[in-house]
Amino acid sequence: MAGQSAADGGPANAEAERPFETMSFEEALAELEAIVQKLERGQLDLEASIAAYERGTRLRRHCEEKLRQAQLRVEKLALDAAGEMKLEPFAPTE
Amino acid sequence: MPDPVPFAANIREYTVSELAVALKRTVEDAYGWVRVRGEISGLKRASSGHLYFALKDEKAVLDAVCWRNSLPQPQPVLEDGLEVVCTGRLTTYPQRSRYQLVVERIEPAGAGALMALLEERRRRLAAEGLFAAERKRPLPFLPEVVGVVTSPTGAVIRDILHRIADRFPRRVVLWPVLVQGEGAAEQIAAAIRGFSRLPPGGPIPRPDVLIVARGGGSLEDLWAFNEEIVVRAAAECTIPLISAVGHETDTTLIDYAADRRAPTPTAAAEMAVPVRRELAERVARLAERLDHAIRRHLRELSRHLQGLARGLPDPASEIRLREQRLDDLSERLALRSPARLVGERRERLARLALRLGELMRDRLGREDLRLHAVGARLRPAPLVHLLAAHARALGREQQRLATAAARLVGTRRLALDALSRQLESLSHKSVLERGYAVVRRASDGQLVPRLAALDGETRLEIEWYDGRLSVLRGDPPHAARRRPSSPSSQTSLF
Repeated sequence: MAGQSAADGGPANAEAERPFETMSFEEALAELEAIVQKLERGQLDLEASIAAYERGTRLRRHCEEKLRQAQLRVEKLALDAAGEMKLEPFAPTE
Repeated sequence: MPDPVPFAANIREYTVSELAVALKRTVEDAYGWVRVRGEISGLKRASSGHLYFALKDEKAVLDAVCWRNSLPQPQPVLEDGLEVVCTGRLTTYPQRSRYQLVVERIEPAGAGALMALLEERRRRLAAEGLFAAERKRPLPFLPEVVGVVTSPTGAVIRDILHRIADRFPRRVVLWPVLVQGEGAAEQIAAAIRGFSRLPPGGPIPRPDVLIVARGGGSLEDLWAFNEEIVVRAAAECTIPLISAVGHETDTTLIDYAADRRAPTPTAAAEMAVPVRRELAERVARLAERLDHAIRRHLRELSRHLQGLARGLPDPASEIRLREQRLDDLSERLALRSPARLVGERRERLARLALRLGELMRDRLGREDLRLHAVGARLRPAPLVHLLAAHARALGREQQRLATAAARLVGTRRLALDALSRQLESLSHKSVLERGYAVVRRASDGQLVPRLAALDGETRLEIEWYDGRLSVLRGDPPHAARRRPSSPSSQTSLF
């Protein structure tokens, strides 16, 4: 997967304070991975490790939420009577 | 053989039209069906649908026209520079003194011709930098919206939608286009540019990734995706673009300009969206590792803490020790309380006072005894003796004093007598001896040297040399003058 490239944990520190709500799935996943690796190395003090865990949990929820939004919706562009572009539902003919 | 001399008379004279018609007949008869090989040049597609172009080689040019209804379907790729073999008939165009080939059939001069054209174009566009590696953008990891440029009918869009639905259902916006034939290239280019121009957050969602796709076909079928207009639109597209045209073996120029090239439309869908289930598993694994890591970490910290705690002294015993110490100190503090200290001192003072009284009484007793002892030893004899000695000395001194005094008095008396006599001679008495008298006021003995000093006194004393006489005053001389008729006071005056 393309996400493998982001698993080196590089951006995790720089984005530690970034509000996860604005993060893409990929960014959230990369930071989650970095946090897990950091925690697994076990070199954090108690406070930092709990903070990391809490952020990791939030990132995980964010990722799961992104994954939950999985709905196929197919539309087709068409011109309306006024010559404006509009969307209309589309289903391919079998 | 015609005679050359009567030149004009022997040669038939044509009108221009007659000659043009004759030529036309001759040409059409002689070249009624020919095959000509040449390179297309100046290709023009008229609005009527007829094609006008020229065939050329290194040395000559032949105008050609292909009527709309003569064009084969599907239309072959016809482009400037393409070497073709045309079959048709020659005809003339008398009005312009021109001849042209009316093409009945047209085909590329073998597969190599089209490939050569394609290669030449590819090189030209590559030289412009349209295919440069640094232009390629990475595809988004997880697009929200996928834009698709392809035909609304057929297997391609169906395959793409199926694969997206299988992997990670997303929102898909289709921009339907013709994928071959007349106008296909223009529509495809317009669709790519249209998607690229969509603003984020507009009524039509701007795709995060584009798929430009077409199913398999001949080189000619896929030709629209080799058109420069399409290649340029793909290169300039601001949305990451996946091209998926034809089968894996087919390569069109849009593949060079795209950010990714997919061998098939299905593969394009796979590139565009990740597999949701795999991602979910990955997130779940990470979540598990996260939980595991924090638990292990906390366990380790806890063990460490316990280890450290064992090294600490028992808090309860520490507390007991300190309580004991506190009790001790409290007790000692109570001993030193101010009330207690004052009481102690008062007690001590009382004891001292008592002792002082005792000591004083002892001392006084002792001194008394001593005094009695000393007093008992006291005798008057020395004092009497001393007194007698002093009395004798005093008697002697008195004797001396009396003698000295008597002598001193005698001499002073002699001097006094002398002075007295001298004084007598100077006193008023001597004046009195000469017959004068002194008048004094009887009341206070003051001299009355003049009448004014009488001051109303009525009793006077007159002193003569040989005695005194008190007299009562009569009327004073001034009063006598005012009251001359008072004889009594006159008589009493002297």
